[in-house]
Amino acid sequence: MNPYSSNNLDFGDEHRLGGRGRFLQRIHLDGPLLFALLLLASIGLIVIYSAGSQDSGLMLRQIIRLILGFIMMVAIAQIHPRTLSHWAPWIFAAGILMLVLVLVLGEVGKGAQRWLNLGLFRFQPSELMKLALPMMIAYYLGSTPLPPRKLRLLACSLLVIIPTFLVAKQPDLGTALLIASSGIFGLFLAGIRWRLIVSMFILMAASAPFAWNMMHDYQQRRVLTFINPETDPLGAGYHIIQSTIAIGSGGVYGKGWLNGTQSHLDFLPERSTDFIFAVLSEEFGLIGVLLLLSIYLFITARGLMIASQAQDTFTRLLAGSLTLTFFVYIFVNIGMVSGLLPVVGVPLPLISYGGTSVVTIMASFGILMSIKTNRKLVG
Amino acid sequence: MKDSVHQPTTPFRLGTIIFLVVLACAVLVWRAIDLHVFNKAFLQNQGDARALRVEPIAAHRGMITDRHGEPVAISTPVDSVWIHPQTYSRDKHDLSRLAKLLKLDVRKLNKKIRLRQGKEFVYIKRRINPELAQQVMKLEIPGVSLQREYRRYYPMGEVGAHVLGFNNVDDIGQEGLELAYNNGLQGTSGLQRVIKDRLGRVINHVELIKEVSPGKPLTLSLDRRLQYLAYRELKQAVFMQRAKSGSAIILDSTTGEILAMVNQPSYNPNNRLNLKGSRYRNRAATDTFEPGSSIKPFTVAAALESGKFSTASQIDTAPGVFRVGHNTIRDFRNYGQINLARIIQKSSNVGATKIALAIPGKNLWRVHSGVGFGMTTGSGYPGEVEGVLTHSSEWRRIDQATLAFGYGMSVTPLQLARAYAVLANDGVLLPVTFLKRTAAVSGERVLKSKTVKQVRTMLEAVVSAEGTGFKARIAGYRVAGKTGTSKKTNSDGGYADDRYISVFAGMAPASNPRLVMVVMINEPRAKVYYGGEVAAPVFGKVMAGALRLMGIAPDKVDEHSVRMAALGEHL
Repeated sequence: MNPYSSNNLDFGDEHRLGGRGRFLQRIHLDGPLLFALLLLASIGLIVIYSAGSQDSGLMLRQIIRLILGFIMMVAIAQIHPRTLSHWAPWIFAAGILMLVLVLVLGEVGKGAQRWLNLGLFRFQPSELMKLALPMMIAYYLGSTPLPPRKLRLLACSLLVIIPTFLVAKQPDLGTALLIASSGIFGLFLAGIRWRLIVSMFILMAASAPFAWNMMHDYQQRRVLTFINPETDPLGAGYHIIQSTIAIGSGGVYGKGWLNGTQSHLDFLPERSTDFIFAVLSEEFGLIGVLLLLSIYLFITARGLMIASQAQDTFTRLLAGSLTLTFFVYIFVNIGMVSGLLPVVGVPLPLISYGGTSVVTIMASFGILMSIKTNRKLVG
Repeated sequence: MKDSVHQPTTPFRLGTIIFLVVLACAVLVWRAIDLHVFNKAFLQNQGDARALRVEPIAAHRGMITDRHGEPVAISTPVDSVWIHPQTYSRDKHDLSRLAKLLKLDVRKLNKKIRLRQGKEFVYIKRRINPELAQQVMKLEIPGVSLQREYRRYYPMGEVGAHVLGFNNVDDIGQEGLELAYNNGLQGTSGLQRVIKDRLGRVINHVELIKEVSPGKPLTLSLDRRLQYLAYRELKQAVFMQRAKSGSAIILDSTTGEILAMVNQPSYNPNNRLNLKGSRYRNRAATDTFEPGSSIKPFTVAAALESGKFSTASQIDTAPGVFRVGHNTIRDFRNYGQINLARIIQKSSNVGATKIALAIPGKNLWRVHSGVGFGMTTGSGYPGEVEGVLTHSSEWRRIDQATLAFGYGMSVTPLQLARAYAVLANDGVLLPVTFLKRTAAVSGERVLKSKTVKQVRTMLEAVVSAEGTGFKARIAGYRVAGKTGTSKKTNSDGGYADDRYISVFAGMAPASNPRLVMVVMINEPRAKVYYGGEVAAPVFGKVMAGALRLMGIAPDKVDEHSVRMAALGEHL
């Protein structure tokens, strides 16, 4: 008997499905998740085609990237969670080493040192860290009873702070934020006391002025413009103003595909990458936004279900923090584009053009699928 | 690694997490509804405010043609190439392609763009022809755009510069006929609503708000051929005589149409860079001078009209000197006892003075004023002046005396031509015009037909071997005309002995006049300065050509023309 069959959040029990379900189980894929991801990728391509002014070359490059991402997902899904657990410390150590290397001899792109040139291709170690940190936290906490003791907690804090600091130094605040949250989610899921969480928040609030001083000028400016975009409508506030205009102009039903004026007339900056949500909003309206959010919510729910059904602490913490990190992506990006959050460079998962993030995100779903399909189904 | 299942002490905090995720989603949905529904109208307005623009459509300025439909002022569409330095790609290859096509120096161009890096608009090259402009756009260089403009082109160049005038950079008439008829020529620009992108490139035409109505074409009375002919001869005369300036006018005496009006010095209206203001003046209509002896036919006409004199009247001009108060009026030499015709032919000042003083001043004024002196010609030319002719009630004896031979009054060349047109047109004064007449215009009879014929006969004698205007003669045609040589005034109010104005005014064919022409040369500085020597030859050459060009039949059969005709038959 499946020990979790009583769980109300059981979305699809593969053993109740027909032959296709069994086939997917054999190749370690999760049907509903795969379907939702493919749907999302298709929507992404449709929007990119419009946002990129119908540039088919742009779309082709994104297709190749997505294919690579899906191959990555399928490949990682074949790895048993136990193996991932074994690798976790080594991957983490390699990630830290590479982050240090990036700071020392990394390539500069768009004013930040993020890239490591490996001859054949360029590599962004911070992307690896997005996976390595939750794996490390899950590995570290998975080997002991929960909730963790104080010393372990301190060690975990270091595990989170070191890579976050290294990435923030590049500077890449968006990725640092995602890495930090992936680690914090692990800790949270491991069941640390609320008292501790509250005091952590207080500490963060207290250290805000110091953090402010450590921020780069452009980062400070982004926060200030977030608070009042109209102070500098042509400069830093421009992004937020233009994107809210684009979103609102869509109305309930949208202007229709390829008919968005704000995006097509070049008023919307970064329209095929970080601000693509504004293009989607303008062309597909509130309906499109709600549909997109539903798909994201479905994926998140499915991920949480996989996490809650996981059979050991490592897989449970890993699945949980990866899913929540995915959700943070969405929240931060949409929040930023619609003017709720300051501008940080976080792409909209599987919709935004480009970025190594596609591969990272697909890899994390590979891990989720591996966790899902490697449960012991012995009755 | 342990494989055992650890049960966390708390149930995974699933409830908290679901709560937080749902809360986060609710925030995003609330924000989406806020923007999409509640702020939609405001944000759409904001969006339109960024993209929708009302743009003027340039109206094509009306073409000006001469009386035969030959274009004399044309608006041609041209394009100006400009660049948006902030968007411009800074691609070296792009820049060199652009520079090569526009024949510009790459380095200078690059420097120009770099100097204006912060600007929104930099001209690369202005007013290039549209075909080249299209080639520029085919390069598809980001940030490079075109601006449609109209450039006025005057095919006649300096030949028609004064009459036509010119426009400013906004294509609005500033001088001459361009100014006088600006309202009709200009047309009204249209308005259209367009969608523009962030760089201001027009992406889409949404609607036409106001139709563009192009300016109306204008047909002038001018004859381009006569204009060229008159200009060529005048320019040569002014050059040869080392004169300060000169003007010439040809009128159709039967309609009052101005067929040619030229001045020296002139300018190139197609390139007005580094130009002095004095060259702009259309002296033929805006500058006055004392007409001198060229006024004498009107003095004689007044004498004939008064009834006190007839063609048979004899006037004693001996000894060639005549005192009026403190002033002495002199003739070139002593002509003795002469009739009116001889006064005209020999241009006797004493004779003219004596007949003028023998009739009431009012009679003299009536004729001078009647033929249009002291008032504008009605041509509508901007800046045209009235000249000076005081009323006879204000005349002293000396005033009446000097008016008889054209001093103490001032006229424009155009006024003089119009006055001679009265002599040519059977005593009827017509308003002059720069526009081609489509219907006959009624004039005002100011002199008796009989008087006019008598004066014309006298004027024919001027262009005889014994007359002062012999050099105005034309083979095959009878010519009537009068010379004039007036001294210019000094700054102290007296008359200079070395600065003259030479005039010849006349008409042809004298038997049935059609063309009236005035030639005025200001301050000839070569050996001779008499109107008969300086102005009359210009008249002769231009009038001969004009008569031929207009196909006006010869009215004089002399030995020469018979021989030519016979020769023609053999050819």
